[in-house]
Amino acid sequence: MYEQIARNKRRTILIVLGALIFAGGLGYLFGLLLNVGIAGLFVALAIVGALSYYSYAYGDRLVLRAARARPVSHEQEPRLHNIVEGLALAGGLPKPAVHVIPEQAPNAFATGRDPQHSSIAVTQGLLDKMNRVELEGVVAHEMSHIRDRDILLGTVVATLVGAVVLIAEFMLRWFWWGGGLGGRRGRDRDGGGQGFAILALVGLVLAIVTPFFAQIIKLAMSRRREYLADAEGALLTRYPPGLASALRKIAADTTPLRAANNATAHLWLSQPSRVPGEGNHWFENLFSTHPPIQERIRILEEM
Amino acid sequence: MLVPWIILGILGLVLLYGIYVFNRLVRLRVRCENAWSQIDVQLRRRYDLIPNLVEAVKGYAGHERELFEEVARARSQAQAASGVRDQAQAENQLTAGIRRLIAVAENYPQLKASENFLALQEELTGTESRIAFARQFYNDQVQFLNTLIQTFPSRIVASLGRFRPREFFEIEEPARGPVSVQF
Repeated sequence: MYEQIARNKRRTILIVLGALIFAGGLGYLFGLLLNVGIAGLFVALAIVGALSYYSYAYGDRLVLRAARARPVSHEQEPRLHNIVEGLALAGGLPKPAVHVIPEQAPNAFATGRDPQHSSIAVTQGLLDKMNRVELEGVVAHEMSHIRDRDILLGTVVATLVGAVVLIAEFMLRWFWWGGGLGGRRGRDRDGGGQGFAILALVGLVLAIVTPFFAQIIKLAMSRRREYLADAEGALLTRYPPGLASALRKIAADTTPLRAANNATAHLWLSQPSRVPGEGNHWFENLFSTHPPIQERIRILEEM
Repeated sequence: MLVPWIILGILGLVLLYGIYVFNRLVRLRVRCENAWSQIDVQLRRRYDLIPNLVEAVKGYAGHERELFEEVARARSQAQAASGVRDQAQAENQLTAGIRRLIAVAENYPQLKASENFLALQEELTGTESRIAFARQFYNDQVQFLNTLIQTFPSRIVASLGRFRPREFFEIEEPARGPVSVQF
């Protein structure tokens, strides 16, 4: 457990460093292309530095908002509150904030930077479809993520990746219009080509970037930590069949989860799918951050 | 020339180990006390719920006066109890009383279906599972502490620092598993 905490902190720093180097390189490249020299490097470093701090300090709010999660009071959801409080006691942690996501797909995630600043969010579907022991199993799994600081790494990864995807899209659009105009102007002057070249380069970079980041998420959020959270969750409830039964219900459920996206997929209890049925599109497989659910159920049943 | 240095080095290592064990013992003792006060908070919450529960059942089964008195007695005994073992004994008695109260309530479908009673029952179930979880954490920490106090060589440091093993909090657990789930 303590090794896992140290490992997660180390990985978070590595991810931020990686993002800094990557963005710095990209900024330098664009700086050269745009003839502003080394300024591009500094601008990119400043942006990623600010982003990293922001994702550390406010990433949980961002992730919660992206999932459209709403805080609920004890009066609104007494059962969920009681369970969260109980498992916080079992883990010797402060009680995390409790959120509900208005969606029918049964799923859950935890976010925050440390146990003192943590939140657990579950979907309405999970509350409707699970009984007490199943809900306990799910919350215990999330509580283990909080205790092991998986939430810090997961949240920083989600916000950094989300930001990179946003910036990439923004750049693509900007270069599309800017490059397009430049191309036209260029055509008037010397037949164009430079604008098109930049556009092609950006397209190429983006094509490389997306799978690259998917790979980073996969490496950082290794599937092992899901198994680990399952096992530690079972240790908290002392009742592995609870989570096993919950996972079986989740596996049988085909309601799509609209609030999830590729930047946050790794945070969820089970791989969220946005298309009805099994989300086996190659693009979703690329971002497959979770071990197969049947395997998790099998292991829990053998405990 | 070399021998004194080696002895000094070994002494230094022993001292470092002693400091490490001592700090760990202190940390575990604090954690045990903390965990115990968490149990206390949850037990108090249960005491607060009991008068409401008794009132709710009284409205339907006023003739069960003996049971109400017994529960009230068990409650004040539990509140007055001190020490881990006494507390556990008193809590077990109180739990038995609550069980009987609930069993009586089961005979009155109207009471059972009332929103007030359902909310009370959720609070009670929630509080009892919280007690169980707090107990689990407390007992885990006590086990760590006791193991450190009783095993060699940390045992020497523990006896020098007058650390005493703590008692486990042994109470009857609410039944776990699908059996306990009510709809």
